[in-house]
Amino acid sequence: MLIKRPADIPSSQITPPAIYRRRREIIKAAAAGAGLMMGGGSLLMRSAKAASETAGGERIPNPRPSPLSTDEKPTSLDDVTHYNNFYEFGTEKTDPAANAGTLETRPWTLVVDGACESPGEIGIEDLLSGFTQEERVYRLRCVEAWAMVVPWVGFPLGDLLKRFRPTSKARYVAFETLLDPDQMPGQRRSVLEWPYREGLRMDEAMHPLTILATGLYGELLPNQNGAPLRLVVPWKYGFKSIKSIVRIRFTERQPPATWNRMQPDEYGFYANVNPAVDHPRWSQKRHRVIGEGLFARKHETLPFNGYGEQVASLYSGMDLRRYF
Amino acid sequence: MSGRRGEWILRAAKVVLFMACLAPFGIMVREAVAGSLGANPVETLLHGTGDWALRLLLVTLAMTPLRRLTGLAWPIRLRRMLGLFAFFYAVLHLTVYLWLDRELAWSTILEDILERPYIGVGFLAFLLLIPLAATSTRGWMRRLGRRWTQLHRAVYVIAALGVLHYLWLVKADLREPLLYGAILLVLLAFRLPWNQLRSVRRGLRADRSDP
Repeated sequence: MLIKRPADIPSSQITPPAIYRRRREIIKAAAAGAGLMMGGGSLLMRSAKAASETAGGERIPNPRPSPLSTDEKPTSLDDVTHYNNFYEFGTEKTDPAANAGTLETRPWTLVVDGACESPGEIGIEDLLSGFTQEERVYRLRCVEAWAMVVPWVGFPLGDLLKRFRPTSKARYVAFETLLDPDQMPGQRRSVLEWPYREGLRMDEAMHPLTILATGLYGELLPNQNGAPLRLVVPWKYGFKSIKSIVRIRFTERQPPATWNRMQPDEYGFYANVNPAVDHPRWSQKRHRVIGEGLFARKHETLPFNGYGEQVASLYSGMDLRRYF
Repeated sequence: MSGRRGEWILRAAKVVLFMACLAPFGIMVREAVAGSLGANPVETLLHGTGDWALRLLLVTLAMTPLRRLTGLAWPIRLRRMLGLFAFFYAVLHLTVYLWLDRELAWSTILEDILERPYIGVGFLAFLLLIPLAATSTRGWMRRLGRRWTQLHRAVYVIAALGVLHYLWLVKADLREPLLYGAILLVLLAFRLPWNQLRSVRRGLRADRSDP
């Protein structure tokens, strides 16, 4: 495994989110005020309220730096929190930031069951206090051929799974997002099959790179990024990293995954980042890094999103064109 | 609208329309300069120019029904400008795609056009627009005579290809492309020979009522 030196400056200090957020509020409030004068106030007021609610705000105390972090420059907090695919809040990239204010993340209970010896529930507070929170700066590669670098805060998924003592029948892990159209207005239309579901093979789930994220930029996750708990699997396309998880289940068979069920020829179950296997409608050889501007060149996409040294062995002997 | 006064109003309307059609481009340029095109500026420009090409194409196609419904002549006299602006945004759309999105990597562009149906369809729509834009002058109208009308019927195919191009590239949410498709269907329905259909039906009814 390649152990990289952590960045000298914790990325949480590169962009001070508190100052940044205050600026947003001021702008929003000004916009709301102007809107009121023009008679269109109520709509703008609502969006201003949503914006202040969705910014996580609460700091996660002293997340431990990790040797697994990349030293690449993180994408700005503004872009990380305002360019999101989270269809539960709308299908435009800017919809989640505008609409995710309706999500209630406290209390939040995660159910873990299936093929394990001690199935049960765990609340978000216990997840935050019972597991050492680490900062993991990871590359994120979306299946749509764009990418970011995100300073996540979270803990290895394997640490959680072990506590529930999976049995020998546990060959896969299935994940489910909250299903509640009142909190997630996007679920009122059947754009996707709700609730959003994803799955990993057991060895993928136990891999040290695989984390459950509770925050980003040193603070609790903003709603639009999958609060209060989301999966992050940095060598797979972003849609595998399911958001706002309420259930984890150990299964014997490969569990259903939302995009895979919808378009099996376009979105595989494995969905490992692979420049050699194109999406039927676009090339996966290169990607655009968000935040580099209008005239920036795209970047070469690397197998497993550059995490090949750590994870390629999980797939030795597998035909990755077939199991894409 | 008739006489000198009518001509003056039409000329003023053309200036206003010209500015209105240019406004989306102006806004895109301003935002590009200000760096406020969002997290993925290339995507914003790609989608923005494509949207406006398709919208203006549909507006162009609305002029004939508008004349028929209102009995006014001016919609037809604004049609050329609208069509040329649709072409203008299509050129911008293709430029953003080739230059900023595909980075002028011709081998991958060729692969895109040949292997990815939605890109092939969009490219075909663009190619078909070229002769229409080129023959939009009064001189060419005169030179081609009746064949000009026949040639410019290609715009129906182009609009349908444009909607298909959009429908095909969307990942899951089909609402917007379907809305464009529905508008196109309505506009095309106006072109059906309703009067002939009605007289045929009347003829049939008359046949049946015969003893």
